[in-house]
Amino acid sequence: MNGTQRLYLDAYESTAGRQPAWLDALRSDAVERFRKAGFPTLRDEDWKYTNTSPIEKAGFAPAGAPGAGVRSRDLDEQAFRGLDALRATLVDGFFVSELAALDELPEGVRVCSLATALVEHAELLRAHLGPLPEGSHGYRALNAAFASDGVFVQVDDGVQLERPLHLMIAASGPGSGQTHQPRNLVLLGAGARATLIEHFVSLADEAYLLNLHTDVHMAEGSRLEHYRLQQHNLKAFHIDGLDVRLAADAVYTGHAVDLGGRLVRHELKASLDAPGAEAHLNGLYLTSGRQHVDHFTHVDHNAPGAVSREFYKGILDGRSRAVFHGRIVVHPDAQKTDSAQENKNLLLSRDAEVDTKPQLEIYADDVKCSHGATVGQIDMDSLFYLRSRGIDEKMARDLLTWAFANDVLARIGLRPIRDALERILGAALLHGHASTEVEPGQ
Amino acid sequence: MSTSNDNLDVLIAKEYSAGFVTDLEVDSLPPGLDENVIRAISARKGEPDWLLEWRLGAYRHWCDMRVPEWAHVHYPPIDYQAISYYSAPKSKDDGPKSLDEVDPKLLETYDKLGIPLKEQEWLAGVAVDAVFDSVSVATTFKDKLSSIGVIFCSFSEAVREHPDLVRQYLGSVVPTGDNFYAALNAAVFSDGSFVYIPKGVRCPMELSTYFRINASNTGQFERTLIVADEGSHVSYLEGCTAPMRDENQLHAAVVELVALQDAEIKYSTVQNWYPGDAEGRGGIYNFVTKRGACRGDNAKIAWTQVETGSAITWKYPSVILEGDNSIGEFYSVALTNNRQQADTGTKMIHVGRNTRSTIISKGISAGHAQNAYRGLVKILKSAEGARNYTQCDSLLMGDKCGAHTFPYIEVKNPTANIEHEATTSKISDDQLFYIMQRGLSAEDAVSMIVNGFCKQVIKELPMEFAVEAQKLLGISLEGAVG
Repeated sequence: MNGTQRLYLDAYESTAGRQPAWLDALRSDAVERFRKAGFPTLRDEDWKYTNTSPIEKAGFAPAGAPGAGVRSRDLDEQAFRGLDALRATLVDGFFVSELAALDELPEGVRVCSLATALVEHAELLRAHLGPLPEGSHGYRALNAAFASDGVFVQVDDGVQLERPLHLMIAASGPGSGQTHQPRNLVLLGAGARATLIEHFVSLADEAYLLNLHTDVHMAEGSRLEHYRLQQHNLKAFHIDGLDVRLAADAVYTGHAVDLGGRLVRHELKASLDAPGAEAHLNGLYLTSGRQHVDHFTHVDHNAPGAVSREFYKGILDGRSRAVFHGRIVVHPDAQKTDSAQENKNLLLSRDAEVDTKPQLEIYADDVKCSHGATVGQIDMDSLFYLRSRGIDEKMARDLLTWAFANDVLARIGLRPIRDALERILGAALLHGHASTEVEPGQ
Repeated sequence: MSTSNDNLDVLIAKEYSAGFVTDLEVDSLPPGLDENVIRAISARKGEPDWLLEWRLGAYRHWCDMRVPEWAHVHYPPIDYQAISYYSAPKSKDDGPKSLDEVDPKLLETYDKLGIPLKEQEWLAGVAVDAVFDSVSVATTFKDKLSSIGVIFCSFSEAVREHPDLVRQYLGSVVPTGDNFYAALNAAVFSDGSFVYIPKGVRCPMELSTYFRINASNTGQFERTLIVADEGSHVSYLEGCTAPMRDENQLHAAVVELVALQDAEIKYSTVQNWYPGDAEGRGGIYNFVTKRGACRGDNAKIAWTQVETGSAITWKYPSVILEGDNSIGEFYSVALTNNRQQADTGTKMIHVGRNTRSTIISKGISAGHAQNAYRGLVKILKSAEGARNYTQCDSLLMGDKCGAHTFPYIEVKNPTANIEHEATTSKISDDQLFYIMQRGLSAEDAVSMIVNGFCKQVIKELPMEFAVEAQKLLGISLEGAVG
């Protein structure tokens, strides 16, 4: 056992026994799992390309309370221009009601802290915060052991949440401990609709670890548009798990955009449990310097006639590295499954590296499954075409890079978010030319 | 489609037609493995000290290694101490010098398999280094080959006659500690084939070895080493069948290929070992390490395999592309039926500039079988302008089988161009209907579709093999209507 593991275990001792008995039992099981499993290493097949030892070395102490001094104004700067949204805010993993704007919640929609929900909706949470799945890794166990707060979202049957919910997940800076471990729960009733924007930001230039877990349960015919915009500072570590369970005809659409972070690992598990369920997963990662972004996705087709799509693209510069793991499992009897997966990567520098593992595991015969992966540089023919039109090489390259990224942006339905991303990416990729409308990003 | 499903059941239930046992006197070591066993093997083969030391080094390494568990296959743990590590057919002290001296029973075995040595010798023009169990007993066309400097002999003979060549290249592509099974092979390998093609020589005939596992409880540990010197060219064929057994038999072979500057090696395999019965009893465990190294510029290594046999296949013929402009190719058809499990694929390691690799993998899964493609394409920083194209297609027949794809792609150079595509499908009712309404039976229709599905790979096989491979696919899958 290393020092960091000991650090967490000691911190756990001081928080044990404060929650309802059922939750405490789950937490103590989780801490036991963590004690046994420790942190993942490169020898674990699922972590083959992502080395988390810098996180261990840093030894971030778990945060016990939200950092003080975060003002609403700090967050307003991060808001999306032209987006009329509800707002909930987690600071250092804790729900801060003063930083929320949830006054106009429609009937049948509840958004509150997980801590509040544990009191007010104890039975509901007990049903949804189950034990750790078999084989959970150390970080997941750690989150389950510590999670006491986060965001709880519930939309009742047939209710449509018209305004998007903008969930700010912010790190305040030094002072309150640097491991933030929120746990979020999103429950959509039958036929419910919602748009959730998860937005990861740093309010200071300090290193920290966000170790997040989110569960999304979607009942029959519900729809969720889920945006995940990651803009941590370049010192931050990010590890998150997102489990989405879909009932019949439920449709989940996810857009994950990574711009920041030093070491980022997203684990997404979508379980298509009934016919007609659809999961559309889109991703874009833009890395440079020494950034490392790892997308680990796992789609389970547990029932016949479900649809899944994955479309992930990456642009890598500097000495950065990206990892994509996409596994689609078509379980026995999941006939008429329709599944496609694509991962495309553009390398801009000699020192960048991509490791991609698109995987299919298929146990049913009447299925349509495909996956594809590419890694390469800018197509010489396209470059030549632009050059022959009198565009200089630098600009031609920038345009083609921009077009590569725009493929993913074009799938984003929510205009203000797309605009914001276009501005940021435009500034990063177009280097000021090609468009006068481009404004400097962050 | 219940009628055609009945046909499928009948055909899938077809007994393994090459299943029989030849009764031969066998000179075997008792089961078990320790340093003394290795010394005994080495002494029996009259090996030099350096080779014994090499084996012992591999054994010591193996003792510290763990059985790999990452493959998508399941089987009860193997007791490596219950295996006899040496079995050789009894022969006269001098060994047979021509076919007339070979044990007639052995020749009979080949006759039953439809590969009479004699016929092949002068009809097909193929030089056969037939391996019965673990020792080479007949080598043909030696004179013709040796007149142009080609060395094609058993491994033991190569150790005696060409120790310098063997010592230079043995273990240079697959080191002794490479993986669990390769280490085991290095420690106990009994025999195999050795090929050396001298500078600038184009081998005038296809070189071929037929393997056959016989005596009960003897794992077969073949070791093949092929060296193609500068500017040479060779095509090597490997094919095998094995008699029916209830007990699982372990086969852990190692094949090493070395292609120097401008040389080309084409290695083709048809593997039809006993796959076990319909319930998954018996069958060969085929845990093989095959790897080639393009050591010089413009070298080329191509692997072509048709895998229809074995209870479990664990095999990744790979190419290390060291020389600039070198080429690696992998064409594979893996067919699994009943309870067979296959985890097979390739590794292409790009080191040199402008190296190119192509991977075409076709997996067919029927019954309760599990068929996985697992491949690695690795572009090192030095591999400027490297290019890879990978295509993995799976065909499923029946709803109890599985087809899986596990590609790994690692790219460290921005000028690389990597494409990977995979699809999974089944034989559609429309396709079947179309062919059947032209008057073909369901079996022929399926066979036709499967052969079409595999055509890209089959066409890479040398003529003799292509025919056998098509026949094999046909036998295994006629009538398999999904």
